Amino acid sequence: MAGRGGSGSGMVEGALWKKWLYFYIPLFVFMVGTLFPFYWMLVTAFRPDGELYRPWRAVNNTPFWTTHPTYEHFVYLFQQTMFGTWLYNTMFIAVISTVISIFCGLLAGYALARLRFPLAGSIGTSIFVTYLVPPTLLFIPLANIVRDFRLGDTPWALILTYPTFLIPFCTWLLMGYFKTIPKELEECARIDGASRIRAMVQIVFPIATPGILSAGIFAFTLSWNEFLYALVFLSSPQQKTVPVGVLSELIRGDVFFWGPLMAGALLGSVPVALIYSFFVEHYVAGLTGAVKG
Amino acid sequence: MAQVMMKDLNKKYDEVHAVKDVNLHIRDKEFVVLVGPSGCGKSTTLRMVAGLEEITAGEITIGDRIVNDLPPKDRDIAMVFQNYALYPHMTVYDNMAFGLKMRKFPKPEIAKRVGEAAEILGIQELLKRKPRQLSGGQRQRVAVGRAIVRHPQVFLFDEPLSNLDAKLRVQMRVELKRLHERLETTAIYVTHDQVEAMTLGDRVVVMKDGWIQQVGEPLELYGHPANRFVAGFIGSPSMNFVEVTVADANGALWADTPGLRVKVPPASAGRLGAYKGQRVTLGIRPEDLRVATGSDSADFSFDTVVEVVEPLGSEILLDLKAGPNVIVARVDPTVRVKHQDKLRLSLHPERVHFFDNKTELAI
Repeated sequence: MAGRGGSGSGMVEGALWKKWLYFYIPLFVFMVGTLFPFYWMLVTAFRPDGELYRPWRAVNNTPFWTTHPTYEHFVYLFQQTMFGTWLYNTMFIAVISTVISIFCGLLAGYALARLRFPLAGSIGTSIFVTYLVPPTLLFIPLANIVRDFRLGDTPWALILTYPTFLIPFCTWLLMGYFKTIPKELEECARIDGASRIRAMVQIVFPIATPGILSAGIFAFTLSWNEFLYALVFLSSPQQKTVPVGVLSELIRGDVFFWGPLMAGALLGSVPVALIYSFFVEHYVAGLTGAVKG
Repeated sequence: MAQVMMKDLNKKYDEVHAVKDVNLHIRDKEFVVLVGPSGCGKSTTLRMVAGLEEITAGEITIGDRIVNDLPPKDRDIAMVFQNYALYPHMTVYDNMAFGLKMRKFPKPEIAKRVGEAAEILGIQELLKRKPRQLSGGQRQRVAVGRAIVRHPQVFLFDEPLSNLDAKLRVQMRVELKRLHERLETTAIYVTHDQVEAMTLGDRVVVMKDGWIQQVGEPLELYGHPANRFVAGFIGSPSMNFVEVTVADANGALWADTPGLRVKVPPASAGRLGAYKGQRVTLGIRPEDLRVATGSDSADFSFDTVVEVVEPLGSEILLDLKAGPNVIVARVDPTVRVKHQDKLRLSLHPERVHFFDNKTELAI
């Protein structure tokens, strides 16, 4: 900028113009693009059926808002479908598989970041590679295993298969986080009288809280939203999770129950949104690996 | 209170031989400083004493126990790290109490010991703070406090002052020395700063490339360096080295090179006799040179041209050229010279050092 010369005020005006073109306008477009589906979901969930199926060119059509907000779709969801059970199933599966994955990820991540053992580097890489195997391929052999262990149509089919992609993810994220923690902290604790395990639990894990939280949030969100395995491994309505339940029970043939569908989607995204908003600061710190010394 | 013995200590990483045949006896209550350039093996040696690095070969004894296979927590040592290594999620009090809690000391005893240490270091009012609320100097004090509350047999310091600014470093150096005199605990201190080594150490161990170069009291290292490396490493600005030929003339030995010809002092003449006609390295410290006066013997004087003048207030450093040889001299602040002035210097005959060109050992 400085090299181009020109008067001072001209540069400021030019900068402002550029800021709009390269920053504010793209940001606005991006924001609308990202948030509009959520808005649409919200409006549709509260829109009465009468408005929903009104022709587009009707005189009183109000596609972007509703004049008669209603709870009828939510009532339908809880009275006519097993939405409550699905919520409970999803929560149960997501929490347990997250706990399993965080536990394994903590130990594996710590070992890969700190201990010196043969092939540590290549094991780290191969763990990451397993994360890249698409679930659309992996579900075929997994379906076999689930059938052989007679886990089909039980929550355990998902609780035990979700870690196949959650553990590599947690391990990788936590390994990266552990590497940012100075190893002198642990060495000092070990000289102070702690064993390796104790130094890990009392010194490293508390410092790694932001990393553990972000791994946890990610793992929870991934299992909460997971669709493919849930679709394949669960069949009876009372075992289903929210994403599968809403989709399979509220689309009957070619009839879409848009109101209850959107109400279900809205309620399904509430827990995740809540978790993110609670931990957002830790979450960001976890991803950027900031340890305040 | 304990002595530390290192016997034929070796450390090999995959391809690097970091510590080679280190033999060292550190006496009870002694303050020993390991000093050397980075990568010389000093930190590795210290970490082997701490139990943070495995010993490839050799033996370490603390007190009367061989500690080779003891984990760090059972060696009864305390260590202060360069980056302080304070636990960021604990208060200063908890940081200092951690080691005592691990050893299951009763609460009142912990409080008493932390209180004492805080008083010694003047950090009583910081006890409730978290490390990130402290300045560098305060963090360093806490790190030291955490080491002293345990009353360990040996203190290990791994470049503890390197992260402090220059002024604070000098201040903490004095405090550490005072602390050692008060606590009378055996201490091993690693630094790359030769001033720290000289001021703190009862004895100083100079290391290079994994080998011990010389062990001795500070003034012994300064006055009688065992080899050219020690001579150049200890002292600031460092010793001048000039390659000379030992020549025999007029019944005496002369150190001779273009631009510089001085008589070999009688003290060295005997040992230098064997080098007649050969090249050796002459070493002279900047502070052992002075501006020649009429009374100085011509045998120990030579002519120079001033290249750079660095007035430091209490003294002046002169970068001079004697023929092709670059020489630094430390002279009185009253000397008035400028660039390209001619100056006749005289050297202190008893403080001239000679080194073998091949082995680099002092002659």
